[in-house]
Amino acid sequence: MKTQWEILVVDDEEVMRESLAAWLREDGYGVDSAASGGVALEKAREKDYAIYFVDLKMPGGMDGIETMMEIRKIHPDASVIIITAYATVDTAITAMKEGAHEYIVKPCNPKEISMLVERIIKVKNLQRENTILRQKLAKQYSFHDIISKNCRMQEIFELVREISGLKSTVLIQGESGTGKELIARAIHFSGDRAPKPFVGVSCAALAETLLESELFGHERGAFTGAVSQKKGKFEMADGGTIFLDEVGDISPKLQLDLLRVLQERSFYRVGGSEEISVDVRVIAATHRDLSEAVQAGTFRDDLFYRLNVINIQIPPLRERREDVPLLVRSFIERLSHELGKEIEDITESGLKMLIDYNWPGNVRELENAVERAIVTCKASVLSDEDFSFLEHNGIRRPAWNVPDNLPLQSVEKQVIEATIKRTGGNIKEAALVLGIDRSTLYEKIKRYEIQR
Amino acid sequence: MSRIYLSPIGAVNGETLSMLARHVGELFGFDSEVSTSFPEPDYAFDARRGQYSSTVILRNLSSVTPPDATRFVGVTGCDLYIPMITFVYGQAQLCGRTAIISLARLGQAFYGLRPNKEVEMRRARKEIAHELGHTFGLVHCGDRSCLMSLSTEIVQVDLKSEDFCASCWKLLDEEIAKAKRQVKRTTVPEMIG
Repeated sequence: MKTQWEILVVDDEEVMRESLAAWLREDGYGVDSAASGGVALEKAREKDYAIYFVDLKMPGGMDGIETMMEIRKIHPDASVIIITAYATVDTAITAMKEGAHEYIVKPCNPKEISMLVERIIKVKNLQRENTILRQKLAKQYSFHDIISKNCRMQEIFELVREISGLKSTVLIQGESGTGKELIARAIHFSGDRAPKPFVGVSCAALAETLLESELFGHERGAFTGAVSQKKGKFEMADGGTIFLDEVGDISPKLQLDLLRVLQERSFYRVGGSEEISVDVRVIAATHRDLSEAVQAGTFRDDLFYRLNVINIQIPPLRERREDVPLLVRSFIERLSHELGKEIEDITESGLKMLIDYNWPGNVRELENAVERAIVTCKASVLSDEDFSFLEHNGIRRPAWNVPDNLPLQSVEKQVIEATIKRTGGNIKEAALVLGIDRSTLYEKIKRYEIQR
Repeated sequence: MSRIYLSPIGAVNGETLSMLARHVGELFGFDSEVSTSFPEPDYAFDARRGQYSSTVILRNLSSVTPPDATRFVGVTGCDLYIPMITFVYGQAQLCGRTAIISLARLGQAFYGLRPNKEVEMRRARKEIAHELGHTFGLVHCGDRSCLMSLSTEIVQVDLKSEDFCASCWKLLDEEIAKAKRQVKRTTVPEMIG
């Protein structure tokens, strides 16, 4: 089992290099050696060693500390052991400050070095195990390319499974970048319609006349430029699903046309007289609050009720921050492969920064941020520095402002109310977010007379 | 390539050498004998440490390995070291032909105790078999009672048995068989010639 781990011994002295390498090989490790800091860096670029033994004093070029700093630029989590024959407090402090795992004076007791190597390898094994478990967990929380362990998202996945076999119209609401199309695809591909087409249309991207032609098709000569007959998206989706993205943006005339299709399951091509019947499941999505639009009179209430047979509300990323680590690691795995870069993970501080960020553009913004960081990253692990561009956007989560002259009970009541509202009345999730058990939460709800 | 040779380096008790030669011959299933003796390895002496570099001696032994030796082990009374650590009981070429063991720290006298020939011999048998195990490709074993477990102090040498564990024996048997096949291949043409 030990041979899976490799060690690099860096020392200008041949006997030292050879003997330590031989000693470690007898212990079952794969060992390479380098006669200078420069050679060590070349080897570190080719391979990520579990442990680097680096001699402090090497004549010419880089010394041990410089070599270690350069290695850590390539592998920020590298375990570097600085070895020296002439220990001073200053060099020891510098070595440890610059991130040395250990600073040892040679010759040392064989037991000491054996235990040190064993200890580091044990941690590496745990880290590797942790990565494997994390990947397994990510798979467990993955549903048709949507990754989440959030309770509300898990409920959505369950709902998607339940409705996938039905023909009912679905309205998906959520901010931009929350993955509305992914949910629509999941509904389509989980059900009987999966072998048939899934056709997406962005209603916000096209002018009214173009959108009409796009949705219903047109006959030859129906308008200038209509040189031939063209099938619309509804016809293309026959037997399958049509996904109408940003349905809240369509004009009153198209709202009426759409209502007719939903009622009668048939329509006319633009400029046509033949009624065309289709078997299409309609899934609509919008980032707008359609009930507000109905009240404001900009969206037909009858169409709203037709669309809103099954309603799915996708929470924004800032309300499911627990998903950020899962999503980030999933993006790193996929994007580093696509971009041809060998990025393995993200540092804890980097992850914390992403968890704290407000993500107005939701999962799409997070994906773009990870892609940008991977492109510019010089090491094998992303760090907070790689995400410094987020700071410039200046929209990190605002700091908690302590309210003035407010009794503690009132603060508690407000926090509980806000959390219950945010979790859509889900007490189990609210208790989880608040870090208390459900019975305590029920007791507080009763005590503060909180409406659910 | 059919024998295990043991060579004394500096002053080493002849009886100890003969007993060790007989022991490794029986354990590994090869003919074995005591070979040429070498003087104290002054070329490997580090005056500051008062010890001898096992890496330098091993390098020298490799250059004088008898041609018909399947394995060649130097046995010395000198205290051995490698630069990184304070001492070694022995050193071997992993998957190679040469090894060296030191008797310096195997005697009770080194630890201020009354000399005990039997204890010293038992430790020497363990150490020579351990280093020869490395030459057959075995690495340190996690089974503390196995001969191939790592010993960084004398108590660990005493605690392990004089036998390899089942897993190490399995690997060792394969390697010994391989070494013996090699012997046959190299000797057959000579017989024909």
